[in-house]
This record gives sequence, structure tokens and C-alpha cells, in this order.
Amino acid sequence: METNVSNKVRNWLAAASVPIIIWTVIPLLWILATSLKSDAALADSSQNVLGNFWPKDISWDNYKLIFTGGAKDLFLPALWHSIVVCLSATVISVVLATFCAYAIARLTFPGKKLILTTALGVSFFPVIAMVTPIFNLWRSVGLFDTIPGLIIPYLALTVPLSIWILAAFFQQIPWEMEQAAQVDGATSWQAFRKVIVPLAAPGVFTTAIIAFFTAWNDFVFSLNLTSEHARTVPAALAFFTGASQFTQPTGAICAAAVVVTIPVVILVLLFQKRIVSGLTSGAVKG
Amino acid sequence: MSNITLKNLVKKYGDGFPAVNDVSLDIADGEFMILVGPSGCGKSTLLRMIVGLEDITSGDLLIGDKRVNDLAPRDRNLAMVFQNYALYPHLTVFENIAFPLRLAKGHHDESDIKKKVNAASAMLDLDEHLERKPGNLSGGQRQRVAMGRAIVRDAEAFLFDEPLSNLDAKLRGQMRTEIARMQRRLGITTVYVTHDQTEAMTLGDRVSVLKKGVLQQCAPPRELYEQPVNLFVAGFIGSPPMNFLPARVEGSTLKTPVADVPVSGELAEKIKGKELVIVGIRPETFKDASLGDTQAQGAVRFTAPVDVTEWLGNEQYAYIPFEADPSVKNKLDELDRDLDGEGMRTQLVVNLDARSRIREGDDAELFFDPALMHVFDPESGECLTRDEEEAARIVEESEADRKRALERARQREGKVTGDVPEDAEAS
Repeated sequence: METNVSNKVRNWLAAASVPIIIWTVIPLLWILATSLKSDAALADSSQNVLGNFWPKDISWDNYKLIFTGGAKDLFLPALWHSIVVCLSATVISVVLATFCAYAIARLTFPGKKLILTTALGVSFFPVIAMVTPIFNLWRSVGLFDTIPGLIIPYLALTVPLSIWILAAFFQQIPWEMEQAAQVDGATSWQAFRKVIVPLAAPGVFTTAIIAFFTAWNDFVFSLNLTSEHARTVPAALAFFTGASQFTQPTGAICAAAVVVTIPVVILVLLFQKRIVSGLTSGAVKG
Repeated sequence: MSNITLKNLVKKYGDGFPAVNDVSLDIADGEFMILVGPSGCGKSTLLRMIVGLEDITSGDLLIGDKRVNDLAPRDRNLAMVFQNYALYPHLTVFENIAFPLRLAKGHHDESDIKKKVNAASAMLDLDEHLERKPGNLSGGQRQRVAMGRAIVRDAEAFLFDEPLSNLDAKLRGQMRTEIARMQRRLGITTVYVTHDQTEAMTLGDRVSVLKKGVLQQCAPPRELYEQPVNLFVAGFIGSPPMNFLPARVEGSTLKTPVADVPVSGELAEKIKGKELVIVGIRPETFKDASLGDTQAQGAVRFTAPVDVTEWLGNEQYAYIPFEADPSVKNKLDELDRDLDGEGMRTQLVVNLDARSRIREGDDAELFFDPALMHVFDPESGECLTRDEEEAARIVEESEADRKRALERARQREGKVTGDVPEDAEAS
């Protein structure tokens, strides 16, 4: 992307970003390092280098433990639940929010403000305050410890967020595009599908990723609304135990944390190009 | 291709303000109609009402002989070029031009689309850009793609919404002639909105001047220039604009701030009983007396101090300040505001020959032919010197010119390249 920022300013920005990168990356590296330590190395700092940071001998024991070992029955179903629940929640919320945001951005109808305010209000609501009533409700309607029982609360978290992001995105698309399509012979639906959706693709992907993270990282709902049939990874980690009752499951938890981070990283790398907007440049003058 | 008829069209917004007020126009088949006026006069709204992007509050809109008030834009079969082009950035130039054809499902097969797009791109010189995205094109190229998207369909009419205002001056001139050529070649009904009067005067078969949503005059450019119906049209058409001088009527003499003009005949009858009138004189009507050019019978000579001169090479402007009579000052100020002016000092603009040696600070000796002068009623703004017969003659002449040009273009097209115009005629 071309900008008018001078070289000097750019160098300064680069220098300023270094501490921030270190600040955010070090905890992640630390998790990775810890997941590669053997039980012995975890307890004994002399087996590590860089001040107890990196193990001298890399051990894959923790990964074996969660994929094939004792923690297998806890971790693998949880990983599967995480994937199913989060993907479903993301797809549903993005589709719903796309239509809703398009209506909000383009049409004038009574109650438009109300929808936006309600969406904002819902996302302000503390998650922990919702859990108890949902728990009671879910138990009586039989949604407790089911996949849909988790998807629905996640929608409550992600739909308002998606509506806000997408509405802002749709508003940026020049309305002339749509009018031109209509004059060219398109119905409203064709104009939406052939012109607006392709133009909004970067926004839709950005929204999808944010919605996915929100659901993927949730702990409170998963911990309280599931027991074994739908429990996702963040909550499952809390139930890890060590090899004996005297060992902490630190290494296994870290290994699991690394594993659940990988899809997120892949997603971002995959859609990085789509997220970078600027697709609309050239639609209109300048 | 067909004619477009507007019958008493009104557009009222929610607050009851009429953006377009009772406009009636008859746009003939194959005619190039210009809608012009200062900003906020409703010209774009009117165009968008024709294409269907704005609802019509009352009145009738007919395309061909069909009332289309309630049809959606897609059912009106009109092609429009937007001010900011509105190209689809995710599609290549080829796909942009082919877009309307692809939407008309079942009407065109792939080879037909290809043929039509290629014909349009050849006409607009876009052949080497067909695979590029609009984002990588220059302003002029984008403009041509937008036009390609319009001409590829067999639309009933073209509508242009200030299509050249985003281009730089040189390109604007080129594209202007390009649009004129294309319109003649295709012989398609065209409605063109602009605020640029060069475009209005050069492109249009007829020009409609709008003010605050009301149609002032619809006439060929020459009639607008020579026989304006009122003060507003006279002031809007022409650059630099017409000079307006307050004149006191004393018997059969008009006393203006710079000279006394004797009047006689019909005009003298009309101004009888009025105390004040506004005299309008085009800048080029004034001549430098010292150059020794022949003067018309009864030319009015006067001497006035020149404040500023601007020498442009081919011509020269001289500015002569004067004090406006306070009783018409208000009227002149109001007119200035209507024309998007800044309410500057009252001054006379004189367009002199480049040979003229008049310089700043000189007392210039000038003359003008009073027969070329316009006189306006300061109350109603109506033009008292308008010659209806002459106006009718100009209309007739320009209509004949238009038909001849269309005929000629069709014949020439038929000889040079056989395929393209046949495509266009097939509609």
C-alpha cells in the first residue's frame, strides 16, 4: 500500500514497533519453550539455557501425552468440539451479519438505530452474567452439554460484533456501484451478489476471523455449559492432570495451547491478503 | 432508441422542498439534450428521475410512448455514465463492459458478448486494456470504460451525469469531442448533465437551463446566447458572463453608468412607463474605438477608465468598475447569488481584440452596437428585446443542422465500417 509517510517517519515507526513486538511475542515463545521441556527440565533450571528459557534437550513428550498418551481422551474430543463449534458459529454469524449490516447501511427503515444500539448493548453485557441464566435454561430445555447449546451463546457474542464491523464496511462502498448495476439491468439481489459481496469480501473475511477468534478463545461459556460432549479446548485445559498427583500438568497445557494456536496462525496467514483492503481503489475517481 | 417525454415532473423531498418543479421537456429521438444550471438547480435529480434512481413525486415520464414512472431502473433500458464512473473494481475492463450483457440472461451467448465488447472497445480505443482492472487505469481510460459499458447495450438512451468533471482540462476537451462523435455516430438519444457551459454549448442540440428546479429555457445553444428569455439565462450562458448595467429610462434614452443609449421602435414602447431597466451587453460587443474598425450605424461611443486588463494572447479582457444604482443593486446581487457568484464589485467586462493597446489605468474609448444590447425588466427579469421570430428561425435552423449531421454520420458509417453501426441500428 502506498502512503505519503516519509522515510524518516517510517524508520521511527519501525523502531517503536520493536518493543511492542517483543512484548507480545515473548509470552508466546515462552509457552512454546515450556511445551518442549521434559518433566525433569521443568523442575530443574540447570537443564535449560537462556536463564531457564529454552531447554537444552528438546522433548516431544508433552505432545505425545496430549495426542497419544494419557491426556488423549481429554484433548482430542475437545479439539474436535472447538473446531465444529467455532466454525459453525462463525459461518452463521457472518451470514446473518452480512444481510443485517447491508440492510443497515443501505436501507432506511424504522428501528434501524434500535438494532445497532441493541447490538452494541448486547456486546457490552458481561459474559459471566449471562452464564447462570443460560445454564438453568439449557438444563431445562436439554441443550446443556450439546454442540448447539454452545453455538447459540457464541452467536450472541459474535453477531453484534460482526454487524458493527460489516455495517462500517458496507458504508464505505460507494452507492453508485449498486446504482450502476441496477441501471445495467441487475435486480437488487443481483447487484448485492455480483457487486457488493465481492467488494465487501475483505470486510467479510476480517469479520469472520474476528468472530472465529472470539468463539475459539471463549472459556467461560464452555466451562459452564458443557461437561464432556461439547467441551472445547480452553475449558478442557483446566481439567488436565499431571502424570502423578504431585506433578503439575504445565508441559501438557502448554503443548495444548500451542496446538490450539496453530489454526489461528494458519487462518491469519491464509487470509492476510484478503484482509488487506484497498480492493475498492479504482472503483471511483482517485 | 426513442424519444423521452417529461410531463410536469415534480420531485419533492421529505421536507416538502421541490428539487425539481414542474419540468416539461420533449427530447426527440436521436437528440442530444443538455441539462445545465448552477449547483443545486436539480439537474442531476432530474436525470436520476429519468433513469429511475429517484422516485417521481408527480408528473409523467414517457420513454418511447410508454409511461415508465413506476418501472425499476433495470426495466427502463437506459444506459448511464456516472460522474465518478462507478466501475466494478473486482472485474476486468472486459467484464466491466460485458456486465450488462451478462445480466440480460439468455439474450447473448458468449461469442455474441465477445463480439459486442470488442466492437465497443475498438470504438473507444480500449483494446490493449481489456484484461486490466479499473484500479490500474488512468482517469481518461476509466471514463472510456464507463462509456463502453453504456454503448455495449442497445439502450433506448444514454444518460450522462457530469461525466467529464473529474478529468483535467486537456483530457476534458478530448473526451468532449469523443462523446459528440460517438453520439452522432450511434445517433442515440442522449441526456447530458453538466455545469460546464463549454460542454453545454458545444455538445447540445438543445440546452435546458434550470434554476432552483424550474426550467428557465430550453433552446438551441445559439438561441440561448442571442435570445435569452430572462436575466438568469442571459447571465448563466456566456463566459465571461454578460454585463448587466442598471439604466434609468428618460424619454427614449437609457442612461447607463457608462453611456447614454437612445432607443426607438418597439423597445421604446416596451420600456415606456418604466423608471429603471437592466441593460445586458456581452463583453465581446464592446470594441476598442482606437483600432479604427468600422462602426455600425448608430453605434454608441463612450470613454471609461480601465481598472485591470488581462491579456491572453488571442484576446484581452478589460475591467471597468462602475457604481450600480441602489434600486437595482439588490436585483443584481440576487442574480449573482443565483449564478453561484461571490457578490463582488460591480464591473464591466470588456473583451477586446488582442491588438488593442489599452492598458491598466488608461481611459479607454469604446463603442458598441445598441442593436446587440439586451434589455431586461428588473422586476420580472424578463427579456424585453427577445425576438421571437429570430428565435424560431434559430430553432428551425438547428433542427435542420441536427438532422443533416445525423444523416451524414449514418451514411459515412455505412461506407467506412459496415458492422458497428448495424449493431447499433439493430436495436
